Amino acid sequence: MNHRAIRAIYLFEMARTWRTLLQSIVSPVVSTSLYFVVFGAAIGSRISQVEGVSYGTFIVPGLIMLSVLTQSIANASFGIYFPKFTGTIYEILSAPISYFEIVLGYVGAAATKSIILGLIILATAGLFVPLHIHHPIWMLAFLVLTAVTFSLFGFIIGIWADGFEKLQMIPMLVVTPLTFLGGSFYSIDMLPPAWRTVALLNPVVYLISGFRWSFYEIADVSVAVSIGMTLAFLVICLVVIWWIFRTGYRLKN
Amino acid sequence: MSSIISVANLSKTYGSGFRALKNVNLDIKRGEIFALLGPNGAGKTTLISIICGIANPSEGRVLVGGEDIQTSYRKARSLIGLVPQELHTDAFESVWATVSFSRGLFGKPKNPAHIEKVLKDLSLWDKKDNKIITLSGGMKRRVMIAKALSHEPQILFLDEPTAGVDVELRKGMWEVVRTLQQSGVTIILTTHYIEEAEEMADRIGVINKGEIVLVEDKTTLMQKLGKKRLTLHLQGRIAALPESLHHYELELCDNGATLVYDYDTQGERTGITSLLGDLRTAGIRFNDLDTTQSSLEDIFVDLVRTS
Repeated sequence: MNHRAIRAIYLFEMARTWRTLLQSIVSPVVSTSLYFVVFGAAIGSRISQVEGVSYGTFIVPGLIMLSVLTQSIANASFGIYFPKFTGTIYEILSAPISYFEIVLGYVGAAATKSIILGLIILATAGLFVPLHIHHPIWMLAFLVLTAVTFSLFGFIIGIWADGFEKLQMIPMLVVTPLTFLGGSFYSIDMLPPAWRTVALLNPVVYLISGFRWSFYEIADVSVAVSIGMTLAFLVICLVVIWWIFRTGYRLKN
Repeated sequence: MSSIISVANLSKTYGSGFRALKNVNLDIKRGEIFALLGPNGAGKTTLISIICGIANPSEGRVLVGGEDIQTSYRKARSLIGLVPQELHTDAFESVWATVSFSRGLFGKPKNPAHIEKVLKDLSLWDKKDNKIITLSGGMKRRVMIAKALSHEPQILFLDEPTAGVDVELRKGMWEVVRTLQQSGVTIILTTHYIEEAEEMADRIGVINKGEIVLVEDKTTLMQKLGKKRLTLHLQGRIAALPESLHHYELELCDNGATLVYDYDTQGERTGITSLLGDLRTAGIRFNDLDTTQSSLEDIFVDLVRTS
């Protein structure tokens, strides 16, 4: 195991975060605060409690997931796309480092950033609404699992993208809608029965539901199903990455 | 000298069906400077990319330091430093950070003293804290060399190292390469500048259309393929050559003021003596003559044309 190489990639990627602090950390915090002001305070004040929790409090897990999902994908996809774009990928490919180690470095750094971000948003939320986390260990487990899974997904997008447009396409056109429709701002129980069935096809529902359960013990679907679905997506991403490196897809010609 | 790189029956066919390398066999000796010459698209960069692990071979085998580049890639790659042709650098990192990153990537423990030495050797020390984006092209090129040397490789690949580099800097780089060779590093360089190969290389390989056309010691190559040219500056202009001189294949230049005769130094007879005799018989007088040895460039152009 070339642990020095993993460390080098990890620290290199983390250095990029600190260098782009405003974009990486501050802007998601600002936008999350805006969600609280608009949905939590302005609109939320007119909504009564959702399943025994005030609306402002109810949306906290969904908001954290929204940021963790999009940031994991953005960080990891950009992290691997940029060396491809500038050409510096030659050095990674010619180094005595295995594919597993490359993924560990890039995905590890991307997931770390999203986890830090998730915790910062949690702390920010604490300034707006009273928070009580029933299962902190499970909360962290969901956070880490989601960050890692979606960083892997982002890594795949970064490898697949051969232009900045493609890099933005999946996050914009697929992930953001799925997240909004995945129960960030409502319980899917609030939907008419037909739409509820449709919503259950959305993988993000399971992430948010499980994460919300760790906070308030309220969930749209059972926790086991949530964990199962997240793990299934993780495995799919791992298989795709294994295939990418085996075939050299978009990396080696 | 033993081989440090051994390429056997290597072929590469791209997805488009283009055969970039055709059954290439090549051995690089430990400690030498090997220049790989070839026109654009000949397969130089493809060959280097495969040896370094950036491209996959279609067929064949490559050993680096006795290690197979596919089954034992960690050992093989850790011996190699690569300076690619394009200026692929990070933009916002400092010189120091990017060079240290390369060392880490190759699994070597931190060694600030070595990084300092590399940067000083390449006249980059005073730029160590500068962001790469602020550097000139020549400096970026040296940063890439510093990255390649950061992990103390035994083999250094320089793909067109002096493309777009001014004359003074080019000579500086040659100096660096020579010093590296003295410290035991094997150097493989590709170049368009024949003078560079002529100046630096111990051996020269010529690649054309994906095939190795020739591999030879530089001096042997120059001798073997070296043609000499005799130029005679005539006393008076002549309109045409007399019949008696036609079989010499002379060339009349400068509106009949000079005669040019190409001859092979390796041939049994150069024909100079009889030419001079026949010129006298024909009444053609000259007031000066000079001979020139063909350069590696002429040899190269000849080879590529005939291969």
